[in-house]
Amino acid sequence: MDPHILQKLRAITGDRGLITSPEQLKTYECDGLTNFRVLPDAVLLPSTTEQVQGIVRVCYEAGIPFVARGSGTGLSGGALPVKDGVVISTARMNRILEVDLPNARMVVEPGVINLEVTERVAANGFFYAPDPSSQSVCSIGGNVAENAGGAHCLKYGFTTTHVLGLEVVLPDGSLAHLGARALDAPGYDLAGVFVGSEGTLGIATKITLRIVKRPECIHTCLAAFGSTIEAGAAVSEIIGAGMLPAAIEMMDNLAIQAAEAAVHANYPNCGGLLLVELDGPTAEVEALMQQVDTICRKCGAAEIRVAQTDAERALVWKGRKAAFAAVGRISPNYIVQDGVIPRTALPRLMSEIERLGVEAGIRVANVFHAGDGNLHPLVLYDRRIEGQEHAAEVLANRILELCIEAGGSITGEHGVGEEKKMMMSKMFAEPDLDTMQRVRCAFDPKLLANPTKVFPRPRLCGEQPGEYHPHPLELAGVAERF
Amino acid sequence: MTPLANAENAGNAPAAAGPGNGATSAETGVANPWDNLRTVGSPDQWRDAGPEDRIAGVQPTMVLEPINEVELATALRYADSAGLSVIPRGSGSKLGWGNPPTRADLVLSTTRLNRVIEHAWADLTVSVEAGCTIGTLQDTLAQHGQRIAIDPLWPEHATVGGLLSTNDSGTLRIRYGGLRDLIIGATIALPDGTLASSGGKVVKNVAGYDLPKLVTGALGTLGVITRAVFRLHPLPHQVRSLTFVARDAADANRLMLAIQDSKLAHTGLQVRFNSGAQPEVDIRFDGTDQGLAAQTETLRKLAAPATETHSNDDVWYARQHLFGAARPNRSEPWSAGSLLSSEVRLSRTKEDARPTASTPGDTPEDSSPAAIAKFSVLLGSIASTCQQLRNLAEPLNVHWSAVAQGTGLGWIRLGPANADAIQQLLQRLRSQLEPAGGSLVVQYRSPEIPEIEAWGNPGDALPLMLSVKQQFDARNTLNPGRFVGGI
Repeated sequence: MDPHILQKLRAITGDRGLITSPEQLKTYECDGLTNFRVLPDAVLLPSTTEQVQGIVRVCYEAGIPFVARGSGTGLSGGALPVKDGVVISTARMNRILEVDLPNARMVVEPGVINLEVTERVAANGFFYAPDPSSQSVCSIGGNVAENAGGAHCLKYGFTTTHVLGLEVVLPDGSLAHLGARALDAPGYDLAGVFVGSEGTLGIATKITLRIVKRPECIHTCLAAFGSTIEAGAAVSEIIGAGMLPAAIEMMDNLAIQAAEAAVHANYPNCGGLLLVELDGPTAEVEALMQQVDTICRKCGAAEIRVAQTDAERALVWKGRKAAFAAVGRISPNYIVQDGVIPRTALPRLMSEIERLGVEAGIRVANVFHAGDGNLHPLVLYDRRIEGQEHAAEVLANRILELCIEAGGSITGEHGVGEEKKMMMSKMFAEPDLDTMQRVRCAFDPKLLANPTKVFPRPRLCGEQPGEYHPHPLELAGVAERF
Repeated sequence: MTPLANAENAGNAPAAAGPGNGATSAETGVANPWDNLRTVGSPDQWRDAGPEDRIAGVQPTMVLEPINEVELATALRYADSAGLSVIPRGSGSKLGWGNPPTRADLVLSTTRLNRVIEHAWADLTVSVEAGCTIGTLQDTLAQHGQRIAIDPLWPEHATVGGLLSTNDSGTLRIRYGGLRDLIIGATIALPDGTLASSGGKVVKNVAGYDLPKLVTGALGTLGVITRAVFRLHPLPHQVRSLTFVARDAADANRLMLAIQDSKLAHTGLQVRFNSGAQPEVDIRFDGTDQGLAAQTETLRKLAAPATETHSNDDVWYARQHLFGAARPNRSEPWSAGSLLSSEVRLSRTKEDARPTASTPGDTPEDSSPAAIAKFSVLLGSIASTCQQLRNLAEPLNVHWSAVAQGTGLGWIRLGPANADAIQQLLQRLRSQLEPAGGSLVVQYRSPEIPEIEAWGNPGDALPLMLSVKQQFDARNTLNPGRFVGGI
C-alpha cells in the first residue's frame, strides 16, 4: 500500500489502530465462511465516528475499496476483504451510549455484542429480540449489515424491525442520520434500505434499537416425531390453528445426534424433533400449549416434553444454537446452507434433499427455523476424499435452486455476500438487480464500500442498463458470465 | 380524440389530438408530447381530467387507467420521455397528502389493477395488485381466517398502492409493526419503463436490497407500485376493548407508559384528547377467552385510579373520525379526490359516521378552516406534546382535538379557527417537535389556510434522498415537488 496513504491512515487512528503486519492481517483474511480468503492491505480499528469518517475520506480520495467488519462471524463472506483494499473493524466502538427504558430504546455503537444489549436491560424485564445463534459473539453493526435473524424472528421480526435510527458514515466520508428515534421520520425509509445492505452502502456508527418487554410467561416444548415430514405437518397445523409461536424449530436425526454429542441437551432420539416456544400472558400461553400438545399428538408425536424451568429451557436452546458447530463432531467438513421456502413446500423439499443426498452419497443434516420456512441444510463431507468437496458444493447449490424453484429465497438470514452473489441472477431478473444498483449508486457512486459483494456484476454508476453485450473474453469462450 | 392502437407507429402516424387544445402535431409542426402516450391502451381507458381529479388544487390534463402493469410501465416511460409529469393514484382517498405538485399532466390510475393474485393462506402470505382496495383484500383473506394486520383510514376505498405510498397503517401497529414490517415483496414501474421486483414471497429473505421498504412511504416519487406481497396474521379469536378516563394528559401518559411497561400483550393503545374534556385511554386485547379474562383483570389493577368507562371496538375509528368529512362519502359513488383534495371543505355528514363511543372533536361547520397533522414523538412525550399544543392553541383561539397511539404517532385536528392561526400553530408546533427528534406532517389543510410545507425537515439525509430520487426518476416525472425537500 502507498506509504503516503498509510501515513494518512496512521495519523487518524494512531499506531494502535492500524494493522499492517502480514501475520496480524491473517486474522482478518476471512469471516465465518472460511473457504474464501483475501489478505487486506491494512486493517483499521477506529474508536470514534470521526475516525471512521477520516478513514473513509482517505479511501474515497484515493479510490481504495473498504470492507467494514464487526465480529467476523458472518457466514456468507460479507466481511471478506477486497483485494487491494482495507478492512475497517468496528470492534473498538463498543459502548452502549444510552438506555431509555420508558420509550424502549437503546443507542449503541456498532461493535457492541448482540447479547450485551439484552444483558444490559434484562434486569428491567426487557430483551433485544433478534437472536442469531452467534449472539454471544456477533456485533450489532454486523447484525445491521446482514439484517440478522434468529429463532425468535418468527414472532418478533428481524434486525430491520428493531433498528429505528442509524448514524451512518457514507462512502464519501460524510455523515447522515437515517430514520430516527421516533417512528416515520419524514422522507425515504433509508434506514430500512441500509439494514441488510451488507456493508455496501456505508458504515453504521451509531444504532438506535428498539427493545422489547419480556413476556409474562414462556413455555417451550419438545415434540419427537418419526420423521421431519411428520414434524412438518405439525408445524402447518399449528400455524393453521391461528397461533403465532415465538419460535418453531426443527432438527432431523443427524442434527440431533450432533447436538447431543456437543452439549448433551438431552433431546429425544427421533427422526424429527420439533421445538415450539409460546410466550405471552400466562393464561393465553397455557391454553395454546394445550392445543399444541393435541396437534403434535395427532400428527404422530411419540413423546412431548415441556421444559419446566428456565434452566431446562436454556439447555433446550443451547442444543439448538450449538447445532451448526456441533456438526463438526460428526463430520470433518461441512457447508452451512441458508435457504428459504414457503412453509408448505417443506415436506416436498425435505424428501427432495434426502433423495439428492443419497444420490450424491453425501449426508445432509437439517436444522431449521420451521415456522418461517428458513432451512439450514448442513452438507457434510470429507475433504480428504477426492471429489467429495466438489460434490458437496454442487449439492448445496442444488438445494438453493430448489428453494428458488419453490418460490423462496437464496438466503433468509446469512446474507448474499461473496458466497451467493452468482445465485442472485437466478433469483432476480436483470432489471430487478439493476434497480437495486441504482440504490447503491446513490449511496456509493465510486463503488468503494464492499464493492465485490452481493451483486453478480456490479454495474458502474452512470452505466445504462440495456442490451446485453458480451465481454470479449466471453466471445472468445475464455470466460463465462453466470 | 382517437388514441392509436399501435405503439410502434405512433411517432409517424397522424397524432392523436393533444389534450385540451385539439391541436395535432401535423397542424402545429411541433411534436405533441402526448402522441406516444396516447397510443397506450384503448379509448375507454382514457378520459380528460376534471376538477374532481385535482391534486391539492392542481389540475391535471388526462387520466389513464392501465389494465396491466406492462401497460402502466409503458405509459410511464412515454410520459417520462415526453417530459410530462405523472401523478400515480389509487382511489385518491389520500391524494391531498403531501405538497401540491409543481406540475401535473397525467394521472396514472391503478384502479383496474385490482386483483388478489395469490392468497397462499397456508404460508400466510398474499400477492396483490396495487389497485385492490384494502376492504376487498381483507374480505378475501378473511375467508381463510387471516388478515393483513393493519387498520388504515377508509379501508373500503384505500388501495394497496396508495396505502403503501402514504405509509398509513393504524392502531394495530403497536403489536404487528407498520407496513414496512408487513410488506415482503414489491414490483414497481420506474419512469424509464423498467418493471422491477424485489423481496419475494417468503417472510424471511435477505437477498438484495430491501426495496419494498424504500417505496413504502415514498409517496410515489420513485416508481409506481404495481403489486405487493404481504405477510399475514390470523384473525383474532376474540377482541376486547377497554377505555379509561384519565384526569389529565399527564395522567393518561403515565397510564400508557405503565401499560407499555407491563407484560400485557395488547394489540392497541391510544389516547383521545378533546380540548376541554378529560383524555380517554383505550386498550385492546386479542386472544382466547381465558387470556382475555386474565389480561383484563391485570389491566384494571394497573389502571386503578383511572375510571373505567363504557367502551367498544369502534373507539379505534377515532383517527378516521378526526378526519371527519375529509374522507370518502359512503352515500355517494366514490369519486376520487372529491373530498380529500384541499379545495374541498369539511362538511357535516354525521349520518355517514361510524358509531363510536365519544369520538374526539365535532365536525366543524362547512365554512370553518381546519387542518389535520400527523405527529411523531416518543411515547413518553405525548403529554408534553399535548401541553405544547394546548399552550399554542389557547392564545390563538384554535379549537383542537387529537388521538395519539402507544407507538408515539398521533394525529391532531385544528379548527374551527382563524386560517392564519392554524398555519401559525402548525409551524410553531413543528419547530418545537423537530429539535427533540420528532416530526409533524400536515395531511390535510383547507384551502383558506396559507400554504405550509407538508413534511418538515428531513435532516442531513436529504442529499442522499435527492440522489436516490435522481437515480430512480432523473427527470422528476413522478409527483414532482410533492415530497420532502422539494422532491
